[in-house]
Amino acid sequence: MSLTKDDVRKIAFLARIRVPEERLEPMAGELNNIVGWVEQLAEVNTDGVEPMTSVVETETPLRADVITQRAISDKILANAPDGEGSFFAVPKVVE
Amino acid sequence: MSDLRDWTIASAADALTKGETSSVELTDAFIEAIEANRSLNAFITETPELARHRAAESDARRASGDAKGPMDGVPIAMKDLFCTEGVRTTAASHILDNFVPTYESTVSGKLRDAGAVMLGKTNLDEFAMGSANITSYFGSVKNPWTPEGANADLVPGGSSGGSVAAVAGGLAIAATGTDTGGSIRQPASFTGLVGMKPTYGRCSRWGTIAFASSLDQAGPLTRTVEDAAIMLQAMAGHDPKDSTSLPIDLPDFRSACTTDVKGLRVGIPDEYTLDSMPAEIQKLWDQGAQWFKGMGAEVKPVTLPHTKYALPAYYIVAPAEASSNLSRYDGVRYGLRVPGDSLDEMYELTRGEGFGEEVQRRVLIGAYVLSAGYYDAYYVKAQKVRTLIAQDFKKAFADVDVILTPTAPSAAFAKGEKMDDPIAMYLNDVFTVPASLAGLPAISVPGGLDANGLPLGLQLITRVCQEETLFRAASALEAAANFTARPGDAS
Amino acid sequence: MTYLIQGETGDWEVVVGLEVHAQAITNSKLFSGAPTTFGAEPNQNVALVDAAMPGMLPVINEIAIEQAVRTGLGLRAVINRTSVFERKNYFYADLPQGYQISQFLHPIVGEGTVTVDLADGTSRDIGVERLHLEQDAGKSMHDQDPTRTMIDLNRAGVVLMEIVSKPDIRTPEEAGAYVKKMRAIIRYLGTCDGNMEEGSMRADVNVSVRPVGETELRTRVEVKNVNSVRFVMQAIEIEAARQVDVWEEGGEVVQETRLFDAHKGETRPMRTKEFAHDYRYFPDPDLLPIRLEEDFIEKIRASLPELPDDKKARFISELGLSAYDAGVLVADRDTAAYFEEAAKGHDAKQVANWLTTNLFGALNKLDLEIGASPISATHLGELVGLIEDDTISSRIAKDVFEEMLATSKSPEAIVEDKGLKQITDTRAIEAIVDQVIADSPDQIADVQGGNEKGIGWFVGQVMKASQGKANPGQVNGLLRKKLLG
Repeated sequence: MSLTKDDVRKIAFLARIRVPEERLEPMAGELNNIVGWVEQLAEVNTDGVEPMTSVVETETPLRADVITQRAISDKILANAPDGEGSFFAVPKVVE
Repeated sequence: MSDLRDWTIASAADALTKGETSSVELTDAFIEAIEANRSLNAFITETPELARHRAAESDARRASGDAKGPMDGVPIAMKDLFCTEGVRTTAASHILDNFVPTYESTVSGKLRDAGAVMLGKTNLDEFAMGSANITSYFGSVKNPWTPEGANADLVPGGSSGGSVAAVAGGLAIAATGTDTGGSIRQPASFTGLVGMKPTYGRCSRWGTIAFASSLDQAGPLTRTVEDAAIMLQAMAGHDPKDSTSLPIDLPDFRSACTTDVKGLRVGIPDEYTLDSMPAEIQKLWDQGAQWFKGMGAEVKPVTLPHTKYALPAYYIVAPAEASSNLSRYDGVRYGLRVPGDSLDEMYELTRGEGFGEEVQRRVLIGAYVLSAGYYDAYYVKAQKVRTLIAQDFKKAFADVDVILTPTAPSAAFAKGEKMDDPIAMYLNDVFTVPASLAGLPAISVPGGLDANGLPLGLQLITRVCQEETLFRAASALEAAANFTARPGDAS
Repeated sequence: MTYLIQGETGDWEVVVGLEVHAQAITNSKLFSGAPTTFGAEPNQNVALVDAAMPGMLPVINEIAIEQAVRTGLGLRAVINRTSVFERKNYFYADLPQGYQISQFLHPIVGEGTVTVDLADGTSRDIGVERLHLEQDAGKSMHDQDPTRTMIDLNRAGVVLMEIVSKPDIRTPEEAGAYVKKMRAIIRYLGTCDGNMEEGSMRADVNVSVRPVGETELRTRVEVKNVNSVRFVMQAIEIEAARQVDVWEEGGEVVQETRLFDAHKGETRPMRTKEFAHDYRYFPDPDLLPIRLEEDFIEKIRASLPELPDDKKARFISELGLSAYDAGVLVADRDTAAYFEEAAKGHDAKQVANWLTTNLFGALNKLDLEIGASPISATHLGELVGLIEDDTISSRIAKDVFEEMLATSKSPEAIVEDKGLKQITDTRAIEAIVDQVIADSPDQIADVQGGNEKGIGWFVGQVMKASQGKANPGQVNGLLRKKLLG
């Protein structure tokens, strides 16, 4: 499987990273090198092998349903690049 | 204090206890050294005032008999991946270069609570993605070591490059690191330090900026194995805020640092011999085996058949997790925002400008291997291979207690090398990645110098949660190697 | 009941599946200790992890797990002993992490069944495909500023149960009944308040159409933003009709997400770039798989309340209610509880009657929920009791009822205060009867001349003279005896 310039454009949009038009072709090359290299995994027989879900075999902990964090909007908003009142603000979205 | 590199955590704790020095005095000396060695570019943010303040607090505690333990008053450096309350935390990325956390990571908080004095935030590869500390938005870090008879700048390894440069260069007594595929051990090997990656889940990941969640582990970078044990004791422990944190008590690591390895079974994995590896590394590795034999350990070959697939599996799993972990850097709530006419344009411009090339490459690879139609072939396959790698270790550890390998396939290299070829760069982690994929504790101990006078490390790996075995074996190796060399150029 | 759309080319059948998003009742969010209360100031109910601050990690709320299991058991569904949280990756301004933590391949609840009750008295089983847990997103406000969208993360991370039906629904009525029944069940279970106005229960509707007789499913369209039972039914009618037109004009229905606009009575495509949706699900490495112990599940099973279907069956078999009345009474948990309280020790059928005809009508006029009824359940029961023991007549009871509605007083107090007690003393009634007879010679002649119906007029006069308090039966008996011998 080889990635085309178009594939890179699509993936870059999925990841919301603007890759300049002139970088698409070289990026496709770089990604193909890496993908081609990791494809050696296809040689490994993994029939009947479970994919690893966690390296440590412990159960997921559950927390008590209690309120531990309230009214910290000053901390939440402290680093906001744009906002109004206690809202975050982004460019207008049309649904 | 003629040479700040003489200090270890243990010796500082001792001197502080005896009143031979104060934390303020020590801290001032290191602050001065940091200011005199900015050419190393080890720190992204220096925090001298905060350090002096904490040092004074430590001295006050000690004066009133409330000293906390061996870390109290000891000046250390903090990798700039740990969120620190009120102190800018960047992950060496443009996208976070103005981010000031309103919270303290568990690891840095534990060290603070143990009395450690934070001198500043150290440089790293952007989002810890790299093996040479050349991907930082804040510029590359210089290795304090230089090759004999040459004048080239060497890389310190990565991603914890600033941390090792700080410790090796005498700008801090110890430093924190994080290790996803080798980011503590490989730079430790490149700078003649001890670098310890504990069992996955020993150190809480809460408040540490995530690279690859199933692999990230914090650990100490120190001059000695004993220091690594002391510092890990302060960093580790169960944290209910991290669902993957191990819910078990810590043993006393420092008391495990004996050199008694009589009867210890040391495995030498055949698969770690690489054709491309310099002869000196093979020689050091053989030497390491000899040292263990000489100390009464039983050295025998083991087989880890899936070793060669560890690196490709890692370069699927880590970017996949990273691509998702880094989605939160979107210019909405914190960090860089590049304005755009629409929400999507704002995202694309912010992330296009905010992430460096290597980060972009990995995020794209990660998005690709998770995308519809490829998920099973890449991501699921890699996680299956990961299971096989973990099984390899499990089988090997039925026969041996620790496994001895080189830490890295080369010594520190010059800055320009391997930069155009990501895969050549990735190969730096060939020996460290398998233990990361299996979540095993591993440590790099300086073993000797190569022909150019550059340090080389040896790695020890053991079973899950057997850090004590690791500290014992590492202490023995340290004693046998008796590594005393220092970089020539830093003062 | 079949629902077919008559097209130019023949009859079309509608195939509908519903995705109900129900906010689980918890104090704190799915992965954080921030409160879930409705109506807080913007970004007040937000923990660091809800805002996806760097390095923040999720920890699962145990009550969220319990609520999902409880709901699953209420839907007679399989509870999966192992389930996995995965990340659904996409970018949106009110999705702080850039992914939603949800369940995909391994949901906590598997297949179940909901029995829906239809207007013609029949019922049908609709299959439930799965129930999974996920975190809600925040809220985007588009109309507060001309150039910007405002983001409030108070809802971000609130616990949602997404309940997906099988495509078993064939009529708008069934869809409406399904939503009503789902709401009844989760309210009985106490796992969701079912409030569609505040958005704690929402539905997305998947609609496709096919010519009658065709067995393959055609392309389905997801209709979002349907926030009432009535709109669910309307949206299906409108969207199905649109699809029939598309097919019949030789077009092709495209798989897409459309928004329902109740105002304009139409559905329209969302402007989101659908092609870009590739959610790249993978297990969340910050969380380990959830494993449920058998006794954890059994403990919840043992604590389940009686659910509407069982209650209805019991009302019919034990209390002798009609299927219709029983259905009406169990449709809402509060109504059923009110009824059971009122019927304690009284004639259940009469209580049901008073409840469904008189009280429902009155509450409707006052625009009150049963929980806010001025007449308490005990008082309504007492009212029926007064009729049962002949303290008052049904006629007087109606006046007492009105007084109860206005004053919330007990019926006994009202009867006492107003002297409404029924007159059953034969001599007292006889005196009034005699007086009326004495005053009405013409009418006597009429009755005695053969017009027995004229007795009714005399009863009316006696009741009037007694201000309605005379026992009508006794009055009738006395009059017959005196006038007809």
